[in-house]
Amino acid sequence: MFGNNEIFETIQMIDQLHLDVRTTTLGISLLDCISEDVKTTCNKIYDKITLNGKDLVKTANQISSELGIPIVNKRVSVTPISIVCAANHGQLEVIKTLDKAAKAIGIDFLGGYSCLCQKGMTDYEKEFLLSIPEALASTEKVCSSVNIGSTKAGINMDAVKLMGQVVKDTAYLTKDNDSIGCAKLVVFCNAVEDNPFMAGAFHGVGEKDLTINVGVSGPGVVKHALERIDGDLLEVANEIKKTAFKITRVGGLVAKETAERLGVNCGIVDLSLAPTPVVGDSVAHILEEIGLESVGAAGTTACLAMLNDAVKKGGLMAASNVGGLSGAFIPVSEDAGMIRATETGALSIEKLEAMTCVCSVGLDMIAIPGDTPSEVISGIIADEAAIGMVNTKTTAVRVIPVYGKGVGDYAEFGGLLGQAPIIPVSKYSPAKFINRGGRIPAPIHSLKN
Amino acid sequence: MKAIVSVIGKDKTGIIYHVTKALFEEDINVEDISQTILQDYFTMIMLVSLKDNANIDLINEKLSALSNELNVQIRIQHEDIFNAMHKI
Repeated sequence: MFGNNEIFETIQMIDQLHLDVRTTTLGISLLDCISEDVKTTCNKIYDKITLNGKDLVKTANQISSELGIPIVNKRVSVTPISIVCAANHGQLEVIKTLDKAAKAIGIDFLGGYSCLCQKGMTDYEKEFLLSIPEALASTEKVCSSVNIGSTKAGINMDAVKLMGQVVKDTAYLTKDNDSIGCAKLVVFCNAVEDNPFMAGAFHGVGEKDLTINVGVSGPGVVKHALERIDGDLLEVANEIKKTAFKITRVGGLVAKETAERLGVNCGIVDLSLAPTPVVGDSVAHILEEIGLESVGAAGTTACLAMLNDAVKKGGLMAASNVGGLSGAFIPVSEDAGMIRATETGALSIEKLEAMTCVCSVGLDMIAIPGDTPSEVISGIIADEAAIGMVNTKTTAVRVIPVYGKGVGDYAEFGGLLGQAPIIPVSKYSPAKFINRGGRIPAPIHSLKN
Repeated sequence: MKAIVSVIGKDKTGIIYHVTKALFEEDINVEDISQTILQDYFTMIMLVSLKDNANIDLINEKLSALSNELNVQIRIQHEDIFNAMHKI
């Protein structure tokens, strides 16, 4: 049995340190909705999502109520729509159906307006990528992701080029809201198929028909635990592991309960330290607690590497299936410490890029000037994909070229997405490199067989 | 199900009375109880058992109303969350 101190520790984590289950995501396969007729596909999709997802919100709320821990988001991820619609080219109708179904079951977001084109694109996939700006601008709940590279396949530079333009067009079409459409669009290298977090969640084709994946968070809990540690870095790493273990156990419990009650497969627990703009819920502040004057200082990458690794090690022991992205997220606009560091100039996009070599994902929620050329955005995507490809890790780019705004201005997204000071990017052009097209071949260490 | 009821707040008369009365009204049985006062702060932990058909939302609402009335924090949480976090 546990003691009173342990009960109080749990209560303090939830009450004061913002421990929460960030998301319960129901993965739904739409492979059985494929049809040459768009209307048939739409009907099947609507029925499948509303039938299987109708109790998701209610069940999550019930579990939250019983355990006394917030479950912040309830989401659905679906099979990449570029696969579902390849036979009928009806993606723009399907996305309206997805949005309608998401609203009908009361979830926060639905992910899967996605395309996997890491090695090459069909004509249809090209058409699909070009539909993303309109799709995101015309819906509220649906998120999009595109996988343009992998360690096995290399980097599809034709898709990288296209995605630079897609990001720009999405920014333009949602210009009235500080280009918020780009917050719903992620460009991946080595995308994972069981990620419960948005905007990059989709339900991989290798997954079961219905699966619950849970994402837990708790940067505040880790920071608080480190406040008590005066010892060396081994002690710091150990404390992070212990804390990550406890947090992940909660995620495992929620995943198991939710899956059982919904009668679906229990998938993975993703322990990602995902910050929110709320004070006391910042990954940057953990790094500062370890001993940096400000995130962005020399030593930031080393601290983040240790944090990310310790989180994985602690989480791994705590749940039978740890997956997704598991590690530390560094989204700028969603983290009070990151926002402050970009304001003071302590944190630049170059330092953020270095940090993505060792964090769990990539350049995330970074506002850049609205007049950034599409080739520069493609260059940023290519750099990030190269890091992922060579290091056999997931990397991603979610930048927002805020239409009509420049360095020194702010993008205001509101809610969990926060606000971001617009930071400068390189003025030098990679246009010739980007316009060459083709593919960056897979690295030598992809040849493992 | 078994659950943990925790009560934390500034000490005053009648806290145990009001909390146990509310639990009694919801047919919740108190199996174990421990209570201390630390620097004027009242802390109480109770292990309770609920009937299988107990309406946890209703109980939460009731305890939340009582929290406001007594100006203390009262929570009821399934024991599984503590087992998960603190037991291997």
